[in-house]
Amino acid sequence: MLRGAAGILPLFIFLLVALPVLKVLAEVAVPSLETWRSLGPLLPLMLRNTLLLLLGVGAGSFLLGVSLAWLTAAYRFPGSRYFEVLLILPLAVPTYVLGYVYMATFDYAGPFSTAARQLLGITLPEIRSGYGAVAVMSLVLYPYVYVMARAGFRQLSRASMDVCRVMGYTGLETLIKVALPLSRPAVAAGMALVMMEALTDFATVRFFNFPTLSEGIIRVWYGRMNLQAAMELAGLLLLFALAVVSVEHRLRGRAQYFQTGGGMEKKHLRGTRGAAAAFFCTSVLFLAFLLPVLQLTLWALEETSAPSTSLEMYLQLLSRSLSLAVAAALVCVLLATVLAGVLQLGGSRIMRRLAGLSTMGYAVPGAAVGVGALSVLSSFDRWLNSLLEGTLGFTPGLLATGTVLGLIYAYTVKFMTIAYSAVDSSMSRITPSITGAARSLGARPLEVVTRIQAPMAVPGIAAGAVLVFVDVMKELPITLILRPFGYDTLAVWVWQMAAESMWGGAALPALTIVLAGVIPVAYIIRRGV
Amino acid sequence: MKEMRRALAVLAGFLLLVTAGCLTVEQKPAEEEGVAEAREKGVVYVYSARHYGQMEPVFEEFMKETGIEVRFTFGKDAEIRERLKAEGRFTPADVYIAVDAGNLWLAAQEGLLQPVESEVLERNIPANFRDPENRWFGLTMRVRTLVYNTERVSPEELSTYEDLADPRWKDRLCLRPSTKVYTQSLVSSLIAAHGEDKAEEIVRGWVENNPRFIDSDTRIIETVAAGGCDVGVVMHYYLARLLDRNPDLPVRIFWANQEDRGVHVNIVGAGVTRYAKNRDEAVKLIEWLSSEKGQRLFADGNFEYPINPEVEPHPLVKGWGEFRIDPINVAEYGRLQAKAIHLMERAGYR
Repeated sequence: MLRGAAGILPLFIFLLVALPVLKVLAEVAVPSLETWRSLGPLLPLMLRNTLLLLLGVGAGSFLLGVSLAWLTAAYRFPGSRYFEVLLILPLAVPTYVLGYVYMATFDYAGPFSTAARQLLGITLPEIRSGYGAVAVMSLVLYPYVYVMARAGFRQLSRASMDVCRVMGYTGLETLIKVALPLSRPAVAAGMALVMMEALTDFATVRFFNFPTLSEGIIRVWYGRMNLQAAMELAGLLLLFALAVVSVEHRLRGRAQYFQTGGGMEKKHLRGTRGAAAAFFCTSVLFLAFLLPVLQLTLWALEETSAPSTSLEMYLQLLSRSLSLAVAAALVCVLLATVLAGVLQLGGSRIMRRLAGLSTMGYAVPGAAVGVGALSVLSSFDRWLNSLLEGTLGFTPGLLATGTVLGLIYAYTVKFMTIAYSAVDSSMSRITPSITGAARSLGARPLEVVTRIQAPMAVPGIAAGAVLVFVDVMKELPITLILRPFGYDTLAVWVWQMAAESMWGGAALPALTIVLAGVIPVAYIIRRGV
Repeated sequence: MKEMRRALAVLAGFLLLVTAGCLTVEQKPAEEEGVAEAREKGVVYVYSARHYGQMEPVFEEFMKETGIEVRFTFGKDAEIRERLKAEGRFTPADVYIAVDAGNLWLAAQEGLLQPVESEVLERNIPANFRDPENRWFGLTMRVRTLVYNTERVSPEELSTYEDLADPRWKDRLCLRPSTKVYTQSLVSSLIAAHGEDKAEEIVRGWVENNPRFIDSDTRIIETVAAGGCDVGVVMHYYLARLLDRNPDLPVRIFWANQEDRGVHVNIVGAGVTRYAKNRDEAVKLIEWLSSEKGQRLFADGNFEYPINPEVEPHPLVKGWGEFRIDPINVAEYGRLQAKAIHLMERAGYR
């Protein structure tokens, strides 16, 4: 049994992190029909588009992710060893960055469409559409499915593969009848991540005129400062997220497939088939990573002669993004370490449940976390001001709303999960006898956390910090909703410049964000896909 | 293990310090210092929705001439108003510069601006471009009108905004989405001219013509140039910017509604905030911006039309000739904004 600070801390962290989500949930429980009516015909459109986007991006990343994973896991073909690793890279490109590059290069006036018209005489399909949004998002989100599916495929036992061969299955039949069903939990988890990212995006769908619920939240809040309507939409968005999570749970089910003797034998693809496989991988890699990086670099170089984003401005944006990301990473890691450490020492079942709940922020789309946090912070400010006015006779003004502090709080709500799972998995490898010994020697629980568990879990803590850092660097909706007045970050700048068709001005900041995104990808690669 | 822990603690502490430093250093000049030092040195604090890059040279020149320092923060209009509301009497801002009359009207309506009696402003700025109660003043004009591809359309085919609802423009239009305030104000002007029902009919006509919705005036013009559509509706200065760089662009401007009420004009304008601490300097800044020198810098940098009739426009846009302007007071665009938004939603305008 844990007493004192150690007993209360997890509860406190839980409340802190869960409040915004609970507030948004409360909106769903008591919907305001009047607000819905005020949204008019937009609401059904947003609901429809959100659903279509989920299905489209889900299907797109499933097809890309599973086919690429199967190709690289089951076959050898020219370059396959490199593709295995490189195909994760698109994960480093945020959806809105690829969206902006595609808007600039594939829309009617863009170079690709112009070339296609002039050289081939064909008109490319309109990129500013639902199809465009689905294509762009599938291209950068498929790696979630790819990584998970590959891990699943690699664990398939040689025995099952032998059975397939005896049955005379072709490669495709093996995939559909055996490999995919056996890897279902892994693929489902990857798909869930993809769909959550698709729900969070508001910038790409805004670029492509495909308003979804996330776009709607930004629209009514940023355009009309209507927090009430934004909260209602956030509630609906949360329902979509919950649906995704529960479908994933159901797909995963209780099924656990144990495979022994993993490592299937790779088949050689020769001749045209090998070339076709290599071509497929190359095209995906080109469209999702090389093209945007090359185009951004080109723009950034063009920009150097007459910059629309001055170097001074860029450095200021960079320093803001870095400071926010570092601060958020430290806060998340600190809370995660305490939470994971204390819970590993003991703690009731209720506390474990709560811990599970307090880490659900990641499943909540950014715009919903943003307005939820905004509502919590402004209540806090009002309470504090009236308290101080009553007791001390002065009002400190807004300490949490529209300040860096409030922003970091909202980041913590959203990204604590990532830090927690990294720290927790690292700590769970510590033998209980060590912590037990420390406890029996009289160490208090928090002392055990700081002196034993944390030092032993340094790799997990570092990994958690890096992941949070990168996510904050590229985060857009929360930043837009809660940032201090006039406080532009790299991500906000990219969005604003791209929206004004100032491709060049957005290039260097976007490139910086992509570069930061490569860090965790490199980490995944080093750990062996 | 012990060293590692210590190193980690030092590193974490260091990062925390640096970050805290970065985060607080930046906030200070924006808020506290601005207020404290303001009175002695002659400072004016501006919240500006006009874009980054267009304001700095203007403010620098003002400081050279008057010795008054201009400090500024950029933001979107809705953000600025929300900020002014939240700060109340503690706001550091003395002047609010907005990019659409609708925004100025809303700010005045919400009690964020104070009236200013100034003969200079009354002389320099025509009455339909300032608040009837003198809470805000137009500084430059931006004309939202038609542009066309010279290889596909002859100017005789063009006439009015209303005419774009005609089926012969099917699949030939490029329009800006309804989220942009420019579009909202244009539709407000239709409501003011025709009433809500007729205006909705017109907007429905546009939508039935299946326009391309592109959220950037520059991109609309580029798409018109590439033949993706034949006619677009944009602010005139975006075309001026592109023609300035590439005079061969096959796109030209057409002044809409010259046979009836005149072309739709919007403003960049400014007002003194209700709780301005440097009221005199604030008024001086706005007066200077409406003067010959101020107008030159403020308007020409972005190819906008000066509001002061005494001041000649930039040669490039002057070459586009004289035109008739919708005489409505631009305050109406603010009053009708909410109606315009809902009308577009009903009509299925993106």
